[in-house]
Amino acid sequence: MTATPAAAANGGGPRNTGAPTGLAAMKVSKVGDRVFLGLSSGAAWLIMVVLAGVAIFLLIQAAPAIGANWQQNAALQDRTSGFTLGFANFWDYVSPLLFGTIWASFLALLLGAPVAIGIALFISHYAPRRVSGILGYLVDLLAAVPSVVFGLWGIVVIRPFLGPLNEFLNSYFGWIPLFSGDVAKGGSTLLAGAVVLAVMILPIITSISREIFLQTPSLHEEAALALGATRWEMIRLAVFPYARSGIISSVLLGLGRALGETMAIAMIVSPKLIFSVQLLTNDNPATIAANIANKFGGANQTQADALIATGLLLFVVSFAVNLVARWIVGRTSTGPRRRRIPTRKAA
Amino acid sequence: MMTADVQANQPPAPARTLTTGRLPRLIDVWVALGALVAAALVFAGFGHLDYVAGWLALGAVLYLVAIGILASIVEGRRWATDRFVRSLVIVAFLLAIIPLVSTLWTVVEHGITTLTPQFIFNPEKTQFDRTTFKTVLVAGVWPAIVGTLIITGIAALISIPIGLLAAVWLTEYAQPNHPVRKIVTFLVDVMTGIPSIVAGLFAFALFSLLVGPGTFNGLSAAIALCVLMIPTMVRASEEMIKLVPLELREAAYALGVSKWRTIVKVVLRTSVAGLVTGAMLAIARVIGETAPIYIAAGYTRTAFNADPLHGAMSTLAVVSFRNYVDPDPTQPAVTQAEAWGSALLLIIIVVILNLIARLVAARFAPKARR
Repeated sequence: MTATPAAAANGGGPRNTGAPTGLAAMKVSKVGDRVFLGLSSGAAWLIMVVLAGVAIFLLIQAAPAIGANWQQNAALQDRTSGFTLGFANFWDYVSPLLFGTIWASFLALLLGAPVAIGIALFISHYAPRRVSGILGYLVDLLAAVPSVVFGLWGIVVIRPFLGPLNEFLNSYFGWIPLFSGDVAKGGSTLLAGAVVLAVMILPIITSISREIFLQTPSLHEEAALALGATRWEMIRLAVFPYARSGIISSVLLGLGRALGETMAIAMIVSPKLIFSVQLLTNDNPATIAANIANKFGGANQTQADALIATGLLLFVVSFAVNLVARWIVGRTSTGPRRRRIPTRKAA
Repeated sequence: MMTADVQANQPPAPARTLTTGRLPRLIDVWVALGALVAAALVFAGFGHLDYVAGWLALGAVLYLVAIGILASIVEGRRWATDRFVRSLVIVAFLLAIIPLVSTLWTVVEHGITTLTPQFIFNPEKTQFDRTTFKTVLVAGVWPAIVGTLIITGIAALISIPIGLLAAVWLTEYAQPNHPVRKIVTFLVDVMTGIPSIVAGLFAFALFSLLVGPGTFNGLSAAIALCVLMIPTMVRASEEMIKLVPLELREAAYALGVSKWRTIVKVVLRTSVAGLVTGAMLAIARVIGETAPIYIAAGYTRTAFNADPLHGAMSTLAVVSFRNYVDPDPTQPAVTQAEAWGSALLLIIIVVILNLIARLVAARFAPKARR
C-alpha cells in the first residue's frame, strides 16, 4: 500500500527473472491476457447493452398505455385511484406534465445559471489561489446533499422564507401574469420549487464552467491585462470567448439535471395537471418526475404503465438535452481549437 | 446615510490625469456595512425586522448599487464596471454558501434530538402501550439502515467492477479512434444525465417483465442504482488511470511483463488511491437517492426486511420522504421525527463517505516529482 509507483515498477524486474520462463509461462500470460481483454471489453459492451435495455424495457412496458384509447380502458377510468380519469389518450395526459417539467426547469435555470456562472468566475478568477480549491470543494459538497434533504429544507425553510416575498410580488406586481392569482398560504408554490431546483443545479453548472474558465490560455489573459484591461475586461475579452461553448453546455447539463429532478418538486410544490404560468398559487403544473413519485405508490397495473410511459418521454427529452450538451463539449474539447482571427489585409 | 458620509470624505476625482482616482482599500467593507444598516432601517420602518433573509437580500442589492454609483463617480466607468462585477461574483458565491449552511443546519436542528441509540439500533417498529392497550409506532430506522446498506452494497458490488473494467478497456485496450470506444465514451457521458427516476422505472419494468407484474424488491432497486452508478464509476476511474505515466507501462513491457499483469500490478496499483476515492464518491452519490428506490423497492413503514429478493424494502432516503409527505394519521409526531432523524443520518453517512474519499486521495496520492 505504501510503495511508490516507481518502486512497484522496479520491483517487478528482479522478480520476473526468477519466474519460470519458456513456452508454459508465455501460454499462461497469453490466456490471462485474453481473459482480461474479454472481461474489460465485455464491461464496455455491457454499458451499451444497459442503455439500450433502459430504452427497450421502458418501451415494452409503456407501449400499451401510449397506444390505448384511455376512455375505453376500465383500469385507467378506475375511480378508486382516479388520477388518469377523464383523459382521452396518453398525449392528453402527458402534455400538461411535459409543460410543467420544461417550465419548472426553465425557471430553475433562470434563477440558478447566472449565479452558478458567477460562482465559477469567483472561484477561477477572483478568489485567492490558496483558498479557491476549498471553495470549489464547498460547492461540490452541495452536490452531495441528498435530494430528499433539499426537499425537507424547501418545506421548512424556503416556503416560509418566500412567504412575505410572495405577498409583496402579488400585491404590487399582480398585474404581471406570473405573479397573479391567489397567493398560496402554505407556500407550496412553483416559485419555491424552482428556487430549490436552482440550488440543486448550481454545483453541476459551477463545476463544469469552472473547469473551462481555468483552461483559458494564460497568454490570452496576460495579453489583455498588459494592454491595460481591467480584470472584468480581461474576462470579457479572453475568458468568455474561449469558454462560450463550455458555458452553454454546462447550462444544458444543468437543464438535464433539472428536468429529471424529482424530490424538490414532489415534496414542495402542490401539483395539478394544468397549463399555468402563475408562480405564487396553489395550482401549479406538475412535472413528470414529481408526478410519478407522487402517484406510483397508489397506481394500478395499467396506471403504472401509463406513468412509465411518461417516464419514457422524460428519458427521451433529457437524453436529447444531454446529447446536445455533450456534443457541444466534444466538438470543442477534442482536436485543435479553431479561433476566429480576423483576417488582416496585407499592407 | 452611510454612503453620503463616504462620498463627502472623498477628494474630488482629478480629471484627465494618468492616475484616475481610486477608492480606498476597505471601501467595500464600509459600503457593505452601510448597505446592511440601511436595509435594516427599511425593514424596521415596515415593521418586519424579523425577516432576516429579506433584510440580507435588500442589503446585498443596496451594496451593489452603492458601490457601482460610488465607483463610477470616483474611478470612472471602466473601473466601476470592474468593481461592480467583482462585488457581484462575491455576492453570488455567498448566495451559494447560504443554502449549504442552511440545509445542514436545518437538518441537524430538527434531527439531532431524535438521534438516539434506541432510534438507530432498535429493530422493533411497533410497541404495545400498557396504559392504553394499543399497539403504537416507535420511531426507529434500523430496518431502513439495513435496507440502505443491502441495496447500496449490491449496487456497489455490481457497478464498481463493471465500471473499473470498462474504464480499463477504454484507456488501455481501445485505440483512440476505435468506433466502439467513441460510442461508449459518449454514452457514458450521456448516461450520467439519466434522470434517477427513469432508472427506477427501468428496474421496475425489467422485473415486471422477467419476474411478474408489480414486483418490488431490494435487488430491483440495486439494479436501478447500478444504472446511475456505473457511468460515475467509469468516468472517475478513467480520469485516474489516465494519470498513470506511460513510462511505467513501458518499463513493465520492457521487462517482458504481459499486458494484463502490467495493468493489474502497475497501472491499477499506481492509481489505487484515486480509484478508491472514485468508488467512495460514486457510493455517496447513490446512497441518498430516493425516487428510484421508492419506485423499484416500494416502501414499508413497519416491516423489517433483510431479504433483497422478496418484498418491499425501505432505505433512509425513502423513509424520510414518505414519512414527511404521508405521515401516519394517528401518530404524525413519530413519523415526522423519523423523517428528520433519517435525513440527518443520511447526511452523516454521505459526509463520512466524502471525508474518507478525501483522506484516501490525500494520503495515497502518487507523489509526482516534477
